[in-house]
Amino acid sequence: MAERPEDLNLPNAVITRIIKEALPDGVNISKEARSAISRAASVFVLYATSCANNFAMKGKRKTLNASDVLSAMEEMEFQRFVAPLKESLEVYRREQKGKKEARKDKDKKADSEEQDKSREEENDDDDERMEEEEQNEEEEVDN
Amino acid sequence: AARLSGGENRLVSLPLSRIRVIMKSSPEVSSINQDALFLTAKATELFVQYLAAYSYKHGRGKEKDALTYSDLSHTAEECETFQFLADILPKKILASKYLKMLEKEKRDGEVEGDDEEDEDEAVDEDVG
Repeated sequence: MAERPEDLNLPNAVITRIIKEALPDGVNISKEARSAISRAASVFVLYATSCANNFAMKGKRKTLNASDVLSAMEEMEFQRFVAPLKESLEVYRREQKGKKEARKDKDKKADSEEQDKSREEENDDDDERMEEEEQNEEEEVDN
Repeated sequence: AARLSGGENRLVSLPLSRIRVIMKSSPEVSSINQDALFLTAKATELFVQYLAAYSYKHGRGKEKDALTYSDLSHTAEECETFQFLADILPKKILASKYLKMLEKEKRDGEVEGDDEEDEDEAVDEDVG
C-alpha cells in the first residue's frame, strides 16, 4: 500500500476545532500539543481497527461491522464512548436511509434495472459513493 | 447527543475518506462496513476530546490558560487508558535542566549516567 505519509494524518483545522470544543473558552493549545493530539488520533484509529478486526475474525467475518467497533471500544477501556456512539449511529443510519431513498427516486426516472443492481452490491461500493458525496461537501484543508 | 460546533451541523467532522485510508493501511483488514467506518470516525472525535480534556485537567503544567505537550505526555505516562500513546508522546526535558541534573549528580558523588530514565532527548519545549 503506497500511501503518502500525510494521508495517514487528519486535517489540522478539524482536529483543532474538536480540541477547542473540549476545553474551556480562552484556553490555548500549543502547536506542539495540537500536532501530538493529531498523531495520537491516528494511532487511536489503528489501534481501534486492529481490535475491531480481532472481533470480526472471531466471528469468522471478513468485513468489520458496527458491533466489532463497539466491542473494540470496550476492550480498549473506552466504555464511556459506547452509549454516545450508539446514539450517533442511529442518527447516521436514518440519514443514510434518507439519502438512499432520495437516490432511488432519482434513479427511478432513469433505468430501473441498474437501480436494482446497485442495491445488491457490497458495502465497498457504498464507500465509493460515499466518497463522491464527500467530495461535494466542504472538505477541510490544512491551514 | 453529538455536540455541534458553531456553524457546522454535521454528525461527524473528521473526513470518512481519510479515516478509511488509515484503517485500510492495516494489512489484515479486508473490508469495512459503512457503519463501522462512521463509528470509528466518531469514536476518534470522542477520543480527541477526552484526551484533550483529561490532559488539561490533570496536567502538571503551570499554565492554566494553555494545553501543552507536557500535559499530554504526562497523561500518556500516568493514565492506564492512554498508555498505548506512551511511545509517541515521550517526555521531554530542557537541555539546560538535563545538564544541571548531571552536574548535581557529580557533586553528590553519585555514579554518572546509568540511572537516568529515558530522558536523553534534550529538546526545548515550545509553547506557541
